Amino acid sequence: MTQAFIFYLLAGVTVVSGLMVISARNPVHSVLWLILAFVNAAGLFLVIGAEFLAMLLIIVYVGAVAVLFLFVVMMLDVDFARLRSGAARYLPVGVLLGAILMVEMLLLAGAWSSGAIAEGARAAPRPEGLTNIQAIGTILYTDYVFVFQAAGMILLTAMIGAIVLTHRERAGVKRQDPARQAARTPEKAVVLERPLVGAGVETDGGVR
Amino acid sequence: MIGIGHYLGVSAILFTLGVLGIALNRRNIIVILMSVELMLLAVNINFVAFSVFLEDMVGQLFAMFVLTVAAAEAAIGLAILVTYFRNRGTIAVDDVRQMRG
Repeated sequence: MTQAFIFYLLAGVTVVSGLMVISARNPVHSVLWLILAFVNAAGLFLVIGAEFLAMLLIIVYVGAVAVLFLFVVMMLDVDFARLRSGAARYLPVGVLLGAILMVEMLLLAGAWSSGAIAEGARAAPRPEGLTNIQAIGTILYTDYVFVFQAAGMILLTAMIGAIVLTHRERAGVKRQDPARQAARTPEKAVVLERPLVGAGVETDGGVR
Repeated sequence: MIGIGHYLGVSAILFTLGVLGIALNRRNIIVILMSVELMLLAVNINFVAFSVFLEDMVGQLFAMFVLTVAAAEAAIGLAILVTYFRNRGTIAVDDVRQMRG
């Protein structure tokens, strides 16, 4: 009973915030609704006992992706009202498309049942007596270690790609050159002169 | 009692909202990216629901990899967006014609 109540609460809030993500006028509000949707989806995962995925969802989606979105939305100075013009033109076809998709998927979800063979052919049955995170770790670092490495490569590629795309050389920025500083000797840097009294020293613009 | 059908229902609704978001905000690429995130979240809910109710851990593993790809996709997408904004001063995607030869 409690589980059902919590499920319907979390699912309701998830769906409503998903709706607000796509309908909010201000993209900053959209991102904040997206964060609410992610947190509630993490709650949905907790309800059925996928604790690790729930925590991962909060750390990765809320902590990294949503904050990245927030950064970009706030950094770019965009006239969002102008971007929304013409939204109503796509509303009928969008709603029609969405309605067909949703009805089909809900019908499928209602009609689905797993066959006897599919039940027997599990790739990695849940080990008895292990917590969720132990069970994931047990197969992630053994059977699926290459997929895990590939995921790391994807993240590395994304990181390099993002840096390459957004990095730019700025002209006229003064930087330290440690090698040049270390190679400088007193002989090259200091000149001792003994000028006559009252004659002064000739310099080129004050600095020799 | 909460069964797999409930989770599939939530997931279907979320996925539809993502599709609808792309159709509705065709000019605002930030909201399009957020809609894609919603769709990936729906996929993740499906993976986790099947994984838990069929007692097969692979679903949760794959949800993790979907999460990885989603994070990478968001990073690259936003980087492209920032570069595009720097060059053009706008993010309206319906006048992206620069790459057209």
